[in-house]
Amino acid sequence: MPDELLHLPLIHSILAREKDTPGALLPILHAIQQDIGFVPDAAVPEIAHALNLSLAEVRGVISFYHDFRTTAPARHTLRLCRAESCQSRGAEALAAQLRDQLALDDHGTSADGAISLRPVYCLGACACSPALELDGQLHARLTPERLRALVNGCLEGETC
Amino acid sequence: MLKVYIPCDSVARAVGADQVAEALQREAERRQLAVDIQRTSSRGLYWLEPLVECDSAQGRQGFGPVTADDVPALLDALAGQPQAHGLALGLVEDIAYLKSQQRLLFARAGVTRPLSLDDYRAHGGFAGLERAVALDGAEVVAAVLDSGLRGRGGAAFPAGIKWRTVRDAGAGQKYVVCNADEGDSGTFADRMLMEGDPFLLIEGMIIAGLAVGADKGYIYVRSEYPDAIRVLDQAFAIARDAGYLGDDVAGSGQAFDLEVRVGAGAYICGEETALLESLEGKRGIVRAKPPLPALQGLFGLPTLVHNVLTLASVPIILAKGAAFYRDFGMGRSLGTMPFQLAGNIRHGGLVERAFGLTLRELVEGYGGGTASGRPLKAAQVGGPLGAWVPPSHFDTPLDYEAFAAMGAMLGHGGVVVADDTLNMASMARFALQFCAEESCGKCTPCRIGSTRGMEVVDRLIATTDFTERHDQALLLRDLCDTMQYGSLCAMGGMTAYPVASALKYFPADFGLTHTEAAQ
Repeated sequence: MPDELLHLPLIHSILAREKDTPGALLPILHAIQQDIGFVPDAAVPEIAHALNLSLAEVRGVISFYHDFRTTAPARHTLRLCRAESCQSRGAEALAAQLRDQLALDDHGTSADGAISLRPVYCLGACACSPALELDGQLHARLTPERLRALVNGCLEGETC
Repeated sequence: MLKVYIPCDSVARAVGADQVAEALQREAERRQLAVDIQRTSSRGLYWLEPLVECDSAQGRQGFGPVTADDVPALLDALAGQPQAHGLALGLVEDIAYLKSQQRLLFARAGVTRPLSLDDYRAHGGFAGLERAVALDGAEVVAAVLDSGLRGRGGAAFPAGIKWRTVRDAGAGQKYVVCNADEGDSGTFADRMLMEGDPFLLIEGMIIAGLAVGADKGYIYVRSEYPDAIRVLDQAFAIARDAGYLGDDVAGSGQAFDLEVRVGAGAYICGEETALLESLEGKRGIVRAKPPLPALQGLFGLPTLVHNVLTLASVPIILAKGAAFYRDFGMGRSLGTMPFQLAGNIRHGGLVERAFGLTLRELVEGYGGGTASGRPLKAAQVGGPLGAWVPPSHFDTPLDYEAFAAMGAMLGHGGVVVADDTLNMASMARFALQFCAEESCGKCTPCRIGSTRGMEVVDRLIATTDFTERHDQALLLRDLCDTMQYGSLCAMGGMTAYPVASALKYFPADFGLTHTEAAQ
C-alpha cells in the first residue's frame, strides 16, 4: 500500500530512538501504534532490519498480542469488560444490547468506520462493575441506558 | 479556607469524581468561597465513590457517593450543619468498614496525594529505605526472610528465599522485575497502589535492588492501566530529582533506576516467565522451569520477580521490623493481605486485613451480601483461575493452606461474588474459553484441553440422555485432572479449578442430579 510509505520517516525516527533499548520490540510497536494508530505492514521489514530479527519474528509478536492492530482503527473504540466480575453484574446482557444496537458482533467494526467493538478481560474497575473503556476513558457502574447514551454519542456527535 | 479531598483514582473518576471536583470549584467561585481541593488516592471504599472528604476539627468528614448535582447542597450543608446532609458519613476514619481494617500497605490510601513526596514522607515514607541503607544487604535479606512474607501474586512462594538466591547468584548484571500485569478479574489492589501510592512500590524496588545487587528494575504494567503507567512515569522523574533513583541512591553509593514497560493485552504475561519473554521483546510464551528466573531470568541473568504487593510490603518490614510484620496473620500466612471485593456485592472495595479472617466475614460482613439483593450463590476467590466457593464453605479462614486444602486458592486476593442468577455451567465454559483464548500454546493440556473442554461442557449441557451425561461429566473431570497436573504453568493448571468446583458444587447448572455428580 503506497500510502503506508508515508509513515516511513516516523517509523525510522522511532527505530533510531529505540533500537538499542534492551528488549525494544514492544516499546517500538507501542510507539508506532501510538503515533500512526496501527502498525502498518511497511513497518515490519524496517523493524526486522533494525533489530536483526526475521520478518516472521516481528509478525509473530504483532499477532500474539491483542493490543496491536495492523489496520487503521475506527474513529471510536469501545471495549466492554466481559470478565467474571462484570458478568456477575450483567455484562453479557450489555454485550447483547451492543450487538443489537449496532448490528455488529463482539469484535465488529461499523461499515462507516465510526465505531469498533472489542471485548476486554478486566479493566480493574471490578468493585464498580460493569465497566467499559471508550476511547481510553473508563466508565463504571454502567447501566443499559448509560451504555446506549455513550454509543449514541459516538454515532452522532463524533466527539465523546 | 475550606479544604476538600477528592480521589483521582481511575475508578473514582470512572464514576464521576472529576465532574464533582469541577462542579465544586465552579460553585465555590460563584459563591466567592475560598476552597482548596486536593486530589488524593482512593480509600478503596468504592461503593461510596466519589467520596468527598472535608477537613473539620475532629478529622475528615466524609460524604458519598456524591454527584456533581449534589455539590450546591453539599456546600450549603458545610456552611451550616454538615451532618444533616443526606450523604454525610461522619468521620471517615470511623466508618466501620475502614476502622476495622489493618492497613499497612494501604495506610496512605485516600489520605495522601499520589505524586507528593512531602505527603509520602510525612506519612512514614522512606523510613524503610533509610533503614535498609544503614544495613548490609544480607541483613535486609534476612529481615525479609524473617518476616515470613510470601509472594502476593498467587504462588505464595517465600519471598526471602528468592532474595537470597538472587543475592548469592554472583556479581554482574542483575534485575528486579515487578509483575504489575494484574489481569485477574476481581483484582485491583495493584492498580490502586500504583495509581495511589507509587513511591511505596518504588521504595520497595529500591530496597530490593540494593539488597540483591541489581541496578536496574522494570515494572511491567498491563496496557489496560493507562493511569498507573502515567503516574509511575511521573513518580520516577520526581524520585530521580530527589536522589532516590540514579547513580547514588539515597546516599548508599549504589546505583538503581527504574523503567515502566507496557504490556499489550496478553493475560499470559502475568505468568512470570512469559512476562520475562515479553520484556525481552518476544511473544509471551511460558518458559520451562528450571532454570529459575532467580538464576536465569531476564536476558538470561539473575532476576528477582515479584508482584506489586510483595515489593510494596518490604518498606514496612524494614521500617517496623520483621517481627512486627510477622505478628499479623496465621499459620504460614503471615502479614496482611489486601482483599478485593468485587462483582455482585453491595459494598465493593479493598479490605486489608491480616490473614485468617473467614470468607464469610469478608463477603457478608464487609461486603454486605449481594448488590442485587438476591441470594448469594458463590464467590470466586483468586481470579479467573480460582475456584467457585459455595456459601457452605464460607467459614474457611483466608489462609493459603486452608484454601489449598479445599481445592481452592487465595491467589491475588480477589473475590468475585455472584447471586443465584449466574449459571455456573456457563461460568465453567467461560473459564475454558478464556483459557483457549489466552493460552500461549506451548503445552498441549492448556492449548488443546481448553478447546476440548468447551466442547465437553456444551455436550454435557445439551444432552438429555442419562448415560451420555454421565460419560461427559466423567470426561470433564478427567480433562480437569489432565490440565491440572499436565500443564506447564498455572494458566492451564488452574483453569481446572473454576471448572471442577462449578461441577462439584453446582451440578444442577450442568443438568446433573447430585447423585450423578457424586459418581
